[in-house]
Amino acid sequence: MISLNWVKDYVDIENEDLHKLAVKITEAGINVENVIDKRIKNLVIGKVVECLEHPNSDHLHICKVDIGQNIIQIVCGAPNVRKDLKVLVALPGAVLPENMEIKAGKIRGEESNGMLCALFELGLEEKTEENYNKGIHEVPDNIEVGSDANDYLGTNDVLYDLDIHKHRNNDCYYHIGFAYEIACILNKKVTLPNLDHKEIKDDVNDFVSLRVETDKCPYYVAKMVRNVHIKESPDFIKQRLLACGMRPINNVVDISNYVMLEFGQPLHFFDKDRLGEKIVVRNAKDNEEIVTLDGNLRTLSNKDIVITDGEKPVCIAGVMGGENTDVIDSTKDILIESAIFDAVSIRNTAQKLNLKSEASIRYGKGLSYEYTNFAIERACALLERYADAEVLSGKVIYDNIDKQEKIVTFKTEDINTILGINLSDTDIKTELARLDFEFQEEKDSFKVTIPSRRLDIDANVNDIAEEIGRLYGYQNLVSTLPFLLTRRGKYIGDVKIRKDITKRLRVLGLNECKTYTLTSPEMAKLFKYENRENLVLPNPMSVDKSVIRTTILPSLLNVYDYNKARHVKDILIYEIAKTYDQDYKEESKVAILMKGNYIINEWQKTLVKVDFYLLKGIIENLLEYLGFKNRYTFVKEEIDSLHPGVSAGIYLDRKKIGIIGRIHPSIKKDDIYVAELSMQALFESQIKPIKYKEANKYPEIVKDVAFIVDNNIDSETIKNTICSCGKRILDSVEVFDLYPNISEGKKSIAYKLTFKDPTRTLEEAEVMEVFNTIIAKVTANHNAILRDK
Amino acid sequence: MKEKVNELKKEALEKIEKVTNLKEINELKVEYLGKKGLVSELSTYLKDLDLNEKREFGMILNNLKTDLNNAIDSKIEYFEEQELNQKLANEEIDITLPSTKILVGSPNILEKVVEDVEEVFMAMGYDVVDGPEVEEDHFNFELLNIPKGHPARDAQDTFYLKGDEILLRSQTSPVQARTMLAAGGDKPIRMICPGKTYRRDADDATHSHQFMQIEGLLVDKKVSLADLKGTFEVVAKQLFGESCETRLRPSYYQFTEPSVEMDISCFACKGKGCNICKHTGWITVSGAGIVHPNVLRNCGYDPEVWTGFAFGFGADRIAMLKYGINDIRTFYQTDLREVDNFDRLEAEN
Repeated sequence: MISLNWVKDYVDIENEDLHKLAVKITEAGINVENVIDKRIKNLVIGKVVECLEHPNSDHLHICKVDIGQNIIQIVCGAPNVRKDLKVLVALPGAVLPENMEIKAGKIRGEESNGMLCALFELGLEEKTEENYNKGIHEVPDNIEVGSDANDYLGTNDVLYDLDIHKHRNNDCYYHIGFAYEIACILNKKVTLPNLDHKEIKDDVNDFVSLRVETDKCPYYVAKMVRNVHIKESPDFIKQRLLACGMRPINNVVDISNYVMLEFGQPLHFFDKDRLGEKIVVRNAKDNEEIVTLDGNLRTLSNKDIVITDGEKPVCIAGVMGGENTDVIDSTKDILIESAIFDAVSIRNTAQKLNLKSEASIRYGKGLSYEYTNFAIERACALLERYADAEVLSGKVIYDNIDKQEKIVTFKTEDINTILGINLSDTDIKTELARLDFEFQEEKDSFKVTIPSRRLDIDANVNDIAEEIGRLYGYQNLVSTLPFLLTRRGKYIGDVKIRKDITKRLRVLGLNECKTYTLTSPEMAKLFKYENRENLVLPNPMSVDKSVIRTTILPSLLNVYDYNKARHVKDILIYEIAKTYDQDYKEESKVAILMKGNYIINEWQKTLVKVDFYLLKGIIENLLEYLGFKNRYTFVKEEIDSLHPGVSAGIYLDRKKIGIIGRIHPSIKKDDIYVAELSMQALFESQIKPIKYKEANKYPEIVKDVAFIVDNNIDSETIKNTICSCGKRILDSVEVFDLYPNISEGKKSIAYKLTFKDPTRTLEEAEVMEVFNTIIAKVTANHNAILRDK
Repeated sequence: MKEKVNELKKEALEKIEKVTNLKEINELKVEYLGKKGLVSELSTYLKDLDLNEKREFGMILNNLKTDLNNAIDSKIEYFEEQELNQKLANEEIDITLPSTKILVGSPNILEKVVEDVEEVFMAMGYDVVDGPEVEEDHFNFELLNIPKGHPARDAQDTFYLKGDEILLRSQTSPVQARTMLAAGGDKPIRMICPGKTYRRDADDATHSHQFMQIEGLLVDKKVSLADLKGTFEVVAKQLFGESCETRLRPSYYQFTEPSVEMDISCFACKGKGCNICKHTGWITVSGAGIVHPNVLRNCGYDPEVWTGFAFGFGADRIAMLKYGINDIRTFYQTDLREVDNFDRLEAEN
């Protein structure tokens, strides 16, 4: 939160419309989310010139109130209202908290043209019985009648609620930094506050020694003040702290917060008497303890930084002070610490101890050493003025900070190229001046020194281009396009086959799912049909998302359950996703789950129900679409989580690429069929170009044959035997009839054999010869009986 | 004889006129014109006639045959047509009865958005590239100008899998880094990389630990912010309609400098202000910028020679905006009652 009254101390915005300014600031990159106007309109200072009792009431008074231009009548019920009292007058049109609008009216028959206010009625005090009993606020006599009461109350402020990008929240989170931002937008200059103060002869170095034993504290400065007088802060400090959401405590504590909000540098005040004569900054020891000033015992580790008195910790650096040395009512002498600590370490400590404060957040973002020095001088100046402090001369200092200035050398053309605009050298000079960046012109280039307050800017031309670009205004950029290509973009690597598979499966009636990569240990136990161990997250957010899946099928089961619970009957789904095993090995997979009906016409009783063979057909359709005709086989296998009698491995060129089957009834009783293929394997298999094949011109000869065989002989086995004796004239073999259990343990299976030769008409005799050989071979090899031919 | 013929003809024509169905007329045909029919019977008289009488009577008989044939055939034709009409009438169906459902599957809503975006960019010559989801810190952060200890890492709240070396990618940007490295620092690049990303967010209506990003990268010589602005305009109009306005605002990302946020005018209220755009008239849909010189350098491109722009969209966010979806979990649950709406071509913008 930024107080614009405060900002006014550093940059001239007296004549600016603060709402319009907020838009300009937002356009330049710092998002002003909300402009909060604290001013209550139609609130003036008045003086009661006559106070009579109300004829129809035992407690109301009829007052005549001088509000400058005229005198108005107001009925008031406060016990302390009296003649000659100066009061806060809310005139008709004023809107008080809780949207209470003041209107002219009559109270018990008497005209009343406003309201005399108590502070709690203006939202400036809590609404307690005590405050209620105080009655209306009594304005000191030196305040001018008719003047705007907001000026007297300090409610004449406008606040900006900022949503700052992380990189700018070290310089835009404090008022001087924000003043620089406004200054560059309005092309004005910033005036820094007065740091002047007197110093007494005594030197702080004679009272305290400093040793830094950690590399996590590159910069540490301390000064000392004596004989502070702890009391209430002056109004402007209190009002400004309140505006920024900080509760005023006393002048000393308030000054440390005030300087932090002004310069962005958190300070720490030690009670010098209780601290002793030594400061040692070091890494904490494991399990070292400190009671922080909120009264809690904190246990530290060697990753934290502590300030010690040579023996015990007195402060967790950058995070919170210790109770043993904090400023209390009896404190007289103060040692002021202004330091820079390792940002990452502070963030980690604050997070670990759950102690995120205005100070730790600022340390955690990084600080500018110049401001570390400004801040400590400013604190001394304020303590001298508002806490009657005597400032000792000298300062205790440890300085190991990198003071390397960030310098960028660039040409105007570089900026123009990056932004796509056309600025002149003069324009660049103007922009750099607005930014208050020091620069020198060399031959045909600029040499710019980045001010230390801008920690976000790195020493490269892109960063300068960004600063100039945001002031130039992206709304003023004229759009262009990169030169056009005559080439259309391509799907690279396995993206193309993924798209091909997706489109085919959708056309085949399957709905695409997208589920979570992270799954639960229970789900991860299912479908372990490969030798892939799961990768388990070392730091999961919850158990149900703690394992990276090696198969998509359990996730599809979740989708199945979700839809079944919503009474969806036909569930035909697929997903393509990457899976990973313990060794981080990636495998992209295609998973399919089907249940219910595939083709539906209820009133005609035409239902094609999903079963093993339908899913097998879908897999075949997909594989043939991808160009793998005649290269795949289904081999009966027992597969984890699948029905042992209804499951198979899918092979491409004799290499296993996936599985198919019915889900084991112990997992789901429903008749669910699933398949999963390795997309990787499909992607890695080469296919041949499409070739035209002329239709056969010569007649075919078709022969039917049926065998009785044992139930457990596969149709494919018999087919293979048939094919093996088909010579070159057997074109195709199809099963066209099946009677399971035709007799004890036997089935009848019938095949249609098609014979043809693309070069000539076949003779019946030669076909019969082959046909008979086939019958002889099948009956001999498979203990089959010829049933019919 | 003539009288006999005339009598037979008259009688036959009367009978033909009276028949009521195909069966009767066929019987009549046999009775008169069959091999042993009445007309054949008459011709037996021919053999007893002399040549002249034979010729004359032959002609008379032929005429009789033709006349009866014509009469019978036209009757047959009539009955056949009647029968066909009857058959057609019997075969009439109620075409309003429901069809046999030939199902076509629906895309996942996010994939649909990804496909739409891919279409726009591929037409402008961008390749579509994929990369690993289990990723190395090196590609996910280091190369992208986010060194260890950088605050951006805190905020991203990454799922680390092994120490701080292996992680579930928190952005698709590592694919950009990999693409640049693979290109070897001397070829221009145009690519987009849609994919899953992961961050430690608790799942609720607006947060998801898994989500889809679509990032893109163009590296070439003399690429400017104005080029990015123009490209974004083209894409926004393709995705959200010709009336879509765009604007850039300054922003900050580690891997770009200058950085911008890219807004589109609210398609719901056309910029007037509504709940969707939080009464600003604008909706932020993308973060983008000129590729940071450190990133180019880290990935093998000399920033003195090459420049580029990079951008990122949240597919989830675009889908939620475009289709009015309020709960991000919608995309990962696949309620089949909801998705069949998406199995169709999109309206022309």
